[in-house]
Order: sequence, then C-alpha cells, then structure tokens
Amino acid sequence: MAVTVSPESDTVATPIQRAFREALYAGAVSLGLFVLFIGLRTDQNISNELILVQRWGLLALVVILTAVGRFLYVGFGQPALERAKAQKAAAPAVAAEPSFVRRNFNKIGIAVLFLYPIAMVLLFGFQGSLKWVDNFGIQILIYVMLAWGLNIVIGLAGLLDLGYVAFYAVGAYAYALLGTHFGLSFWILLPAAGCMAAFWGVMLGFPVLRLRGDYLAIVTLAFGEIIRLVLINWREVTNGSAGISGIPKVSFFGLISFNVSDPNYISKVLGIAQSGAYYKIFLYYLILLLCLLTAFVTIRLRRLPVGRAWEALREDEIACRSLGINTTTTKLTAFATGAMFGGFAGSFFAARQGFVSPESFVFLESAIILAIVVLGGMGSLGGIAVAAAVMIGGTEILRELDFLKTGLRWGDTTLIPGFGPDFTPELYRMLLFGVAMVVVMLWKPRGFVGSREPTAFLKERRAVSGSFTKEGHG
Amino acid sequence: MQYFVQQLINGLTLGSIYGLIAIGYTMVYGIIGMINFAHGDIFMVGAFTALIVFLILGALFYSVPVVIALLIMMIVAMLLTSLYNWTIEKVAYRPLRGSFRLAPLITAIGMSIALSNFVQVTQGPRNKPIPPLVSKVYSFDGISVSLKQIIIVVVTVVLLALFWYLVNRTALGRAQRACEQDRKMAALLGIDVDRTISITFIMGAALAAVAGTLFLMYYGVVVFSDGFVPGVKAFTAAVLGGIGSLPGAVLGGLLIGFIESMWSAYFSIDYKDVAAFSILAIVLIFLPSGILGRPEVEKV
Repeated sequence: MAVTVSPESDTVATPIQRAFREALYAGAVSLGLFVLFIGLRTDQNISNELILVQRWGLLALVVILTAVGRFLYVGFGQPALERAKAQKAAAPAVAAEPSFVRRNFNKIGIAVLFLYPIAMVLLFGFQGSLKWVDNFGIQILIYVMLAWGLNIVIGLAGLLDLGYVAFYAVGAYAYALLGTHFGLSFWILLPAAGCMAAFWGVMLGFPVLRLRGDYLAIVTLAFGEIIRLVLINWREVTNGSAGISGIPKVSFFGLISFNVSDPNYISKVLGIAQSGAYYKIFLYYLILLLCLLTAFVTIRLRRLPVGRAWEALREDEIACRSLGINTTTTKLTAFATGAMFGGFAGSFFAARQGFVSPESFVFLESAIILAIVVLGGMGSLGGIAVAAAVMIGGTEILRELDFLKTGLRWGDTTLIPGFGPDFTPELYRMLLFGVAMVVVMLWKPRGFVGSREPTAFLKERRAVSGSFTKEGHG
Repeated sequence: MQYFVQQLINGLTLGSIYGLIAIGYTMVYGIIGMINFAHGDIFMVGAFTALIVFLILGALFYSVPVVIALLIMMIVAMLLTSLYNWTIEKVAYRPLRGSFRLAPLITAIGMSIALSNFVQVTQGPRNKPIPPLVSKVYSFDGISVSLKQIIIVVVTVVLLALFWYLVNRTALGRAQRACEQDRKMAALLGIDVDRTISITFIMGAALAAVAGTLFLMYYGVVVFSDGFVPGVKAFTAAVLGGIGSLPGAVLGGLLIGFIESMWSAYFSIDYKDVAAFSILAIVLIFLPSGILGRPEVEKV
C-alpha cells in the first residue's frame, strides 16, 4: 500500500530475510531524513540567539520504530495481504445483495443528521451539546456543502479549481460588509452573496476558458490568492487582516431573534430558559437545509441538459464540441453554479462566526475542500459527505483527546502512561491530516465510493465503477 | 535610471531563486505530468537544513571561513533535501503512477501539508533568524550591489550551466528527455524509467535546496511556513515560461522576479503578488501554454 518494495534482486531470499533487509534500508533512510530535524532542535536562548538542543533518544526511537514497522509490513503484512487477495480471487464471485444499511444509506444518513442535535441535547444537556453541535456538526456540514459545491466544478464538469475558497470568501465578505453597514437581513443577503460569488465565478471563468490542466490549476490558485491579498490590502473597505467583527446573527425570518437584548428573543417568545445552544441548533438545521439544497440542485441539474453538458465536457471536450455543445457557456455555468454554493456557504460561515478575516480563506482551505472531493470519490455525493465527516471530524476530534495527556486510567491506576500535560495533540492535527490524505489516496485512489451512478442509462439503472468516468482535462 | 537599474538587480536576485525552484516543478511536470505541490516545502526543508548545518558549524568550530561554511551548508542541504524528495516520490507518487490524474496531486498536497507541519512540530513555529553571513556592499555610481546578490547570481549561473550540460550532453539527460517524450518507448529501449524519474526528483530537490540556502543567506531568517509563497511563485514562474520547458522556467522565474521588484518600486509593495498573478493570467489568455511551452496538440 503505502510503501513500494524494492525489486527483488535475489529470488532465493526468504520473506524474513527480505523483510530484514528492507527494514535496514528503511531505518537508514529515516535516519537520514530525521537526523537533523528530530535529532536536533533549534531553540532561542535568553539573548535571542538560536541554539541547538539535542534529542538523540527521540531520534533513535523514531528510527527503530520505522525499521520495525517496515520489517513487520514486508515480513508479515504484505504476505497476508497477498494471501487475502488470492483467496478473494479464488472464491466464486457471489453477487452480494447490498445490505439494508447500504441500500438505504442516503435516507438513513439524512435521518441521522436531522436527529443528531436532539440526541446531543438529550445526552449532554443544552450547554454540553454546544461543542458537539457546533464544532462537529456545523463544522462538518460547512465542509460538506463546500465540497458538494466544488464537486459541480471538478466532479461534474472536470475543471480543476484550486482557488475555490475565493468564492467562499466573496460570500462571507458580502454578508459581513452588507450586513454590518446596511443592516440587511441574512435572508436577503444569502441569495445576494450567492449571486455575487457566481458573478466572480464567471469573472474567473472568462480568462481560463482556453486553459487546460495545470495551466487552469495555477490560474485558479492565483485567483484565490488575488482575492485573499485584496482582502488583506484593501484596508478602507475590508479592514485588512484585522477582519470584520460584529456581524449580525441570523434570525428566524425576522420572527424569532437570537439576540438576548431583542424583544423577540427566543426564550421570551417560547417562554424557555436562556441558552446559547438554541442559536447553534438553529444554525445546524440551517446549514443542513442548505446542504440538502445543494445536493438536490446537483442531482436535478445532472438530469438537465446543462448537467449532461458538464459531464460530456468532462468525458471528452472535442466530442462535446463536435456535437454542438457550446463549451464556453458550459464551462461558465459550471464555474458560476459551483461558486454560488461557495457563496452561500461563505455567508453562512460569516453569520455563524460573527467575524471574518482573510486568515480563514487561505489556500490550505481550498486544498482541504479539494481533498475531500477527491477522497470521497469525485461525483459521488454520499462519498464526499463521508470524506468530510472523516477528515474534518477526525481532525476536530484530536482536540478532544485528553487521555493522550493523562494516559489511560482505570479508577486510580494508570494503565498506559500519557505524554504528560505538555503534550498538545492539536499541534499534530495538520500533520496527521496531511499524512491521512496521502494514506487514504494510496489506499483508495478512486475515493471512498468507487462507483458512480450515470444519469443516462439503457433499460436498467445501476452503478458503474468510477474508473469508467473520466476526470476531464480542463 | 539608477533607481531602475537598482530594481533590475534586485529583481535578478529574486528571479534567480524563483528560477532554481521553478526548474524542479517543470522537470517533474515534464517527466510524469504532475504538479509536485510539495516542492515549495522541499525548498523550505532545504533552507531549514542549511540553517541547522549553520548552527552545527557554529557550535563545533570557533570560526569557519564564510565561503566554506556556505559550501558545506549547500552540499548537506542538497543531499538531505534530495533524500526527502526521493522518499516522497517513492512513498507517495510512485504507487499512484498510472492511476488517475488527480490522485498524485492530492498526495502531493497532503505531503506539502505534512512536511510543513512536520517542521513546525519538530523545530517549533517561530521565526529562525541567523546573524548575517555576508554583509559587504559594493557601490557603483550610486547603485549598490551587495555581495549576497552577487553570490546568488553567480551560484545560479554556475548551477544552470552544470544543469544544462547534464540534461543536454550526458546519457542521464538523454534518458530523461526520452522519458519525457514517451515513457513506454523509453522503457522498451532499455531505459530504467523508475530510476530516471527518481533522479529527476533528486535533481529538482538539489536545486531547490540550493535555492533554500541562498534564501536563508539573503533574508537571514526562515520559518516553517516559508515553503508556500516561494513555491507558488516558482510554480507561477514555471507555468508562465511554459511548463515542461527548462529555459522557460528560468525565464519565468526572472520575469516574476522583475515584475515583483518593479511593482514594489514604482507602485505599491502591498500588491506585488497580485501584480505577478494578474500578469500570469493575462499572459495565459494570449499564450495558453506559456511563453516557451509547446502547445498541446490533441489527436482524436
């Protein structure tokens, strides 16, 4: 999987001998890689000069772990994997009836999502549910929505967009600026932000119409950076890197407000105790509905001429053109539609945070969204949602791992010692995220969901393998 | 006029560094057709290695001549950074060769995130300043040229000459060019394609490491997140020059360097990156495959 094995030069070597040799190589390579970076640490002393701190024990530990891991993988893991593969190939192919869960995956998923905040409130109470609804629920759903929006551009139209976060930024700043300066409501600004982002999608679309592949990639990346740099430097309007704060909250169509000072504050209207959790739960359902809207529009668009044109463009641009499809409008609509959902997500983000700054719209965000789309299996909505939950939920959960500090305890006895109170799992969050991206991609290059459901079919509707769909050149 | 020439020199210095990094992008793209997103972070690893070697030298010896110190930093950085790129290619890109196009792009982005955070975790998130290595400044007729700038340009020219010789005159270079044109045919003719690709990554990393060392010497500071901006600029340079074309990468690097220093000098320093990116977009509207790139001909 993750590691390729050097070609076998002598076939007589037993697996264990080979594993031993591979382990030595791996140890040597990791010694070379880590000798300066783990063995030594640059630190500032009191007079602000850089000094080196030596950590040879840690280095030895890492090198030994690498070598042992490699030994186990080559000596035992790999043969086991091959045996399993051979067994699978030898076994008669059974047309496996998909299980109940798999058949009704979408319905169950939606039901779970609707019940999630209620379950959290029942489990942890209103105050305790805040973290679970906000940090996990809303956070993941924002990424689901962004990834589904980007999926229209990459998964359907096959146009590689590395600057998707720009539209997210446009949506967020549209709501932040218009909401704070003109006091307009979220419900007016949501469509407005979507339109503005779509407009910028078209603006980006025009110069890149003729570009393909990596040229397209760098121009979209550059576009994302330009938007971010303008947000940083146009201080008179955007307040620069300090960002905009005091963005108004969303209200329930003006009927129920979530500001404690308002006369129609939720607890006064409904006669219940004050709590910040109501707003979070409301936001959760709001983003859930926005996500479902995105999914609905995507599914319906795929059956409309424009959606079919997108997929045709992805499969073969020349054939597409020779069939009389206007590739210019096809590309522009793809950019505009994808950007619009980015804009929706952006204005929601601004409303949820109450604060926006250019820090939130760096390239890393684009990369994360792109990774979610590809890891989930491009074009597959369910897979993308799962990928978002795994990647974002996984990194969020690292913040919660207190037992890494204290160690595993049973009553008063420590079973496994922890890393001590100085250990901060948050630091390793993005490191693990990057490694996870690599590992998942190597494990499933076609994404979590390897099958696609074509919208055009002969007689019978069924899923096909993802390898039948192309990824486009644009 | 003096001001203009001064900016030209600054641009040349900056452009040399971008050009060295851009070669790594363009070579990898030429040979396996993927954007090595981790290349910017490879550059950062190079700079960090040079920094650590510098500190080791400072700790071990009372004083080392600057030239020798720079040479040792450069060589160690080249070796270790090559090892990084070689490992990354082997672990993250090779298993996905022949897979679909976006898969290696995602692993490359993953590697980029992992590398910069690895350095953050192991070396700390703070800026790492070093005392100036070379501080001499020459002045000709009101134009000041620092020794640092001369070193950067000279090292770049020497390396490019070496590199040109390697690619155009040696068996290794011939194998690389063959793999670039047609990997399958090259393999049929007895070229070890995997080895050639590994060497391409090693060469790209070595040049990036030199760029990193020069960057450290020029600015005197490095931080774990330093890979991104120079990486993107170098990538921009490679695309501007026509990705896959080696002279194009150098030309693109110089152009980006000039645009940046001229824009900061005559307009506003805040918008220098915006200017570089906008000019990229404008050039690509008229020349969709860059300045020296070959237009992609699609056969039906």
